[in-house]
Amino acid sequence: MSDFSQCAILELKVNNHPGVMSHVCGLFARRAFNVEGILCMPMQDKKHSKIWLLVGEDQRLDQITQQTLKLEDVLEISQHSASHPVFAQMMEFVE
Amino acid sequence: MKISGAQLVIKLLERQGITQIAGLPGGAALPLYDALPGSNIKHVLTRHEQGAGFIAEGMARVSGKAAVCFASSGPGATNLVTAIADAHLDSIPVIAITGQVPSSMLGTDAFQEIDTFGLMAPITKHNWLVRSAEELLEVIPAAFRIATSGRPGPVAIDIPKDVQNQIIEIDEFPAPGEAMPLPQPTLAQLKEMEAMIAKAERPMLMVGAGVIQSNSSEALVALAEKLNIPAVSTFLGLSVFPHGHELHLGMLGMHGSKGNNIALEECDLLIGAGVRFDDRATGKISEFCPQAAVLHIEIDRSEIGKLKTPTLAVHADVGACIKALLTNCEPQQRIEWVSRIKWLNENHGIPLPTKQDLSNPYSLIKTVAEIVGDNTNVHTDVGQHQMWTAQVYPFVRDRQWSSSGGLGTMGYGLPAAIGAALADPERMALCISGDGSIMMNIQEIDTAVEHNLNVKVVVINNSRLGLVRQQQALFYQENFAAVNNKRTADFALMAQAMGANGFDLGKATDPLAMLTEALNTPGPVLINVPISEDEMVFPMVPPGAANKDLIEERKA
Repeated sequence: MSDFSQCAILELKVNNHPGVMSHVCGLFARRAFNVEGILCMPMQDKKHSKIWLLVGEDQRLDQITQQTLKLEDVLEISQHSASHPVFAQMMEFVE
Repeated sequence: MKISGAQLVIKLLERQGITQIAGLPGGAALPLYDALPGSNIKHVLTRHEQGAGFIAEGMARVSGKAAVCFASSGPGATNLVTAIADAHLDSIPVIAITGQVPSSMLGTDAFQEIDTFGLMAPITKHNWLVRSAEELLEVIPAAFRIATSGRPGPVAIDIPKDVQNQIIEIDEFPAPGEAMPLPQPTLAQLKEMEAMIAKAERPMLMVGAGVIQSNSSEALVALAEKLNIPAVSTFLGLSVFPHGHELHLGMLGMHGSKGNNIALEECDLLIGAGVRFDDRATGKISEFCPQAAVLHIEIDRSEIGKLKTPTLAVHADVGACIKALLTNCEPQQRIEWVSRIKWLNENHGIPLPTKQDLSNPYSLIKTVAEIVGDNTNVHTDVGQHQMWTAQVYPFVRDRQWSSSGGLGTMGYGLPAAIGAALADPERMALCISGDGSIMMNIQEIDTAVEHNLNVKVVVINNSRLGLVRQQQALFYQENFAAVNNKRTADFALMAQAMGANGFDLGKATDPLAMLTEALNTPGPVLINVPISEDEMVFPMVPPGAANKDLIEERKA
């Protein structure tokens, strides 16, 4: 399994709306913040989605989190350590 | 009632209080334009969509209210992009509404189809591709709410032609969108701020556009006077302090005065009020205000700690903070520090010529200001003329100053001045420009003539891209490349060709008399003023250097 120890995991609750993925991914790209992994699924209510981002844990993480929170369709962000299982389980499908 | 998407857009804009829209129609925007006649909205047809974007910016900057521009799909939308990006970097509430090809043709590379949603996303606070006419009931009020809430900024709404044509049944119109309440400072934060300021021996205010946005310019000046805190202004924070105020050291940064830079080196507390510590203001940031604790009051949470780590950060409405501090703080004297500031202003201010000489840019700008008086909104383009104006123009009230700061967009000045003339018709709209910048949107003189607007354009003409030439002179061993316009057009004649009055001080026997006559001529006027290409903007901090390492003048 890949080593995620230098990574953090961001969990975003967003409006399930066309264009949200584009706004989130575009923000990370133009602020030169690398995203290692991404997972997005609608929540049960269908009105919202969860986006999981596997990102490098560097000093700019707070800044990119604050910028992401400014996106109109991003409702909540929480940060998890690399030990969170979501991407570890995903690895089964890419290795 | 039955209503089409296009009629709904116009109706909702009317209900938001919009009375004027700048724009340029095209195929994909035809239903929108079909719904305009008969509404209460006056449409101002521009000669280029970029002009429409800047007119909206000019209206928003002078009024403090959101303003709207229209364009069609494809090139109409791409031509708006520069103006929307400009509004984004300067936090101006502009609402761009564009036509788009019909939904069924999206993604087929249809005629004049472009990914407007994708283009606008990085340069707006939020943007939409509207999928149905019903969505407009939410989107239009949300656009105004988002554009004007917190730190303002532009939004963009892309509406496919079939959505504009779609007829829907509605019972009532939604409530107009309004700015959301702002976060307020806590009592604990106010106490901390008070203590920090009371303890400081050499505090300094750094005043940004956030102060203007929060309608607290007068309160800020009153606070500075009550507590004897000197101030520097960011480029966009100019006009908060009346020019010549004894506590004010003018604009800081790349072209700030030497006294300003010395004071910032010496201060022990820097109070950043509605600022974002832009690199043109701070210079090399690790050496900015080396002795100072930093108090950062800012409405945009993401600006706190982005570039400068604050000692104390207050994420709240700067206006509320200033007004509370003004009420709560005891007066302070700081006699030594204030007299030091006075000495720095007197001995290390921007050096001005002692005699009136209209071929000297400072003298010219001062003379223009004297002739036009205080009842004037001042705009510039981008370049040397912009920095000279920022250094010495005698502003008397906030929102009197309108210039492209963050994006530094040549071509901003004339259409922005048109916007100000439309939104604030009781005042003259002055545009100080250069021979490089004016050519980028000179076609809008035709728009100003059509509406007979009180717009006066002063072109400071050195036949050069002067600020680029200055950098080539100072940092590239005078290897002048692509900065010489060789023969500039006859700008006075160009103005006349579009029906405006054109004057050329280079052909005047009495330049002062001609300048006075020109600025007193009703309607749109352009005045060409030749100057030497060797005139430079000083002081100058070399890009990337610390502000203390400024160049005071050119060594012979």
